[in-house]
Amino acid sequence: MPTFVLRRLLWLPVLLVIVSFVTFVLGHYGPGDPAEVRLGDRATPEALALIREQLGLDRPFFVQYGSYVADVVRGDLGDSFAYRGRTVAELVFPRMWVSVQLGLAAMLIAVSLGVPLGLTAAYYQGRWLDTALVSLTLFFLSTPVFISAPFLILLFAVQLGLLPVSGWDGLFSASLIMPALVMGLPGVAGVVRLTRASAIDVLGQDYVRTARAKGLSEATVQARHVLRNALTPLITVLGLSLATLVEGAFITETIFGIPGIGKLAVESIFSRDYPVIMALVLIVACAFVVANMVVDILYGFLDPRTRQELGAYGAR
Amino acid sequence: MAHVDPGPMAHEADAAQPEEERRSRGPWVRAALQLLRRPKAVFGIAVILLLYGGGILAPVLAPYGFDDQDLLATREGPSADHLLGTDFVGRDVLSRVIYSLRTNLIVTATAVATGSLALGITLGLLAGYFGRRVDTAIMRTGEVFLAFPGLLLVILLAATVRPRVLDWVRGLEESTGIEGLVQWGVADYLVVFGALAVFSWVGVARLVRGQVIQLKAMPFVEASRTTGATAPRLLLRHLLPNALPPVIVVVTMGMGAIAGAEVVLSWLGIGIQHPVPSLGSMIREGQDVSILRNQPHLILPPVVVVGLLVFAWNLLGDALNDVLNPRAR
Repeated sequence: MPTFVLRRLLWLPVLLVIVSFVTFVLGHYGPGDPAEVRLGDRATPEALALIREQLGLDRPFFVQYGSYVADVVRGDLGDSFAYRGRTVAELVFPRMWVSVQLGLAAMLIAVSLGVPLGLTAAYYQGRWLDTALVSLTLFFLSTPVFISAPFLILLFAVQLGLLPVSGWDGLFSASLIMPALVMGLPGVAGVVRLTRASAIDVLGQDYVRTARAKGLSEATVQARHVLRNALTPLITVLGLSLATLVEGAFITETIFGIPGIGKLAVESIFSRDYPVIMALVLIVACAFVVANMVVDILYGFLDPRTRQELGAYGAR
Repeated sequence: MAHVDPGPMAHEADAAQPEEERRSRGPWVRAALQLLRRPKAVFGIAVILLLYGGGILAPVLAPYGFDDQDLLATREGPSADHLLGTDFVGRDVLSRVIYSLRTNLIVTATAVATGSLALGITLGLLAGYFGRRVDTAIMRTGEVFLAFPGLLLVILLAATVRPRVLDWVRGLEESTGIEGLVQWGVADYLVVFGALAVFSWVGVARLVRGQVIQLKAMPFVEASRTTGATAPRLLLRHLLPNALPPVIVVVTMGMGAIAGAEVVLSWLGIGIQHPVPSLGSMIREGQDVSILRNQPHLILPPVVVVGLLVFAWNLLGDALNDVLNPRAR
């Protein structure tokens, strides 16, 4: 295994420990005394002492952190405050699957629309079609989810009555269309801009001129030479888009009533359900760390020039 | 963005520019003039000035106070008395939008000044200039921050730390005798821009660091070092000004994102809290389907204003990128 991969992988556990530690400290001690937070109005000195003992809050700090990590590794994320008698794991994992499906649909929209449009803009660089596409994508990029969502609902659900206002019936249903579009459109914009920039870069290369000079058709030049080389930077963006998708999920799922982790997170913030918030932050942060690392390593294979830099501080 | 950019001093002037203009003016003035020739920059600047100018002048411009209720006139459509109508407790929508812009301006400006500018530039300069352990420590810390998806970290911070900060501000109110700190939402401001600043410095620090490392190897830096320039002088007089152009682009492009983040946080209910008005909470109150159907005047103004604001910042950033990073076009 190349050294740059090893160096990245060694950094992984360190990051995970830091992520879990920050989450633990903020979630456990941020809001105040965990026993008081849990009891709320019903707090009496006896009840507090009892719950402290039950939760193990009388133990030394690092012992508590250690047992938290041990629990998490075993898949025990604690009990929800808001949903009595439910464990956090029961709440989180089924919803995560819903969010993953929605995210994949949004990503599919972003790539399948963004790449052809980006290549088109690059091909017509400087002409009106290019300008129009670039301005349009800038507009979509500037439209936060909670702005486009009400407009789409107003138009397609309320006025035209074509699509359901909200709900979730799985991946292949009409209720998926609007949320996936709302989450996908800013992604389309990002992909178009990136594809355009790197395709313009590639179009200026000698090997493209050579390919044209030896009489290849424009379609072949685009597919074989331009597309392939222009798409490498896309991998980074797809990895990073995880963060955008998670952010988008908060709002999209809440507005469209989709039972995913985004909606759960928003509800948990309102009901001060700290164990759920902690679990979600931990899961998403871990997914994020791993995704970044995969992107960095893939990038090292695709473009060996970046390996040196990667060993240092990542591709971004 | 991490391309070699020797800064404005080394830029070749636009070929289209008149000869005398190129010689007589400094690089910054030249860049500003080029910028003002671009329609998208002018549009962006105009919209930003209009919206934030309105926010600054809110007490003068707004026809009503942001919390003035008129329970006899709730959910009314636009009229001569209330240009954009009233909300569900009879507050004037236009006034609330104007005051919300002030809220957004305070949060955005403070978060950018402390996070991107103060923290980001300082740490980036130090990391790039001193290298070795300083560099490793700063950049690894940045990587840890990047490991958390930004908004989620801010949400965790805001949700967990807010009660503490609120207590602290209450204590401050009692011990200093200044009244109204809690009511005016000082705690919310602190939490929101603190949380935004904490994660917005990393990108700028990385950029500045990269610039400084490249600039350090340039002959003019070596020359000034030979003439006995001290580290602070090198950093502030030579490295910083030359590293600035791409930083200006990135910070401008980030302004829209930070302004939008305030709206998202307030929309989520963990940012700016009632009664301090925010575009985010206005959108949240107005996004109900029945309101969309019957009283669209409640949601359209805040939504349009947020969209325009973010769009204007992005346009300006795009135009700045054309002017200051000619090679990245």
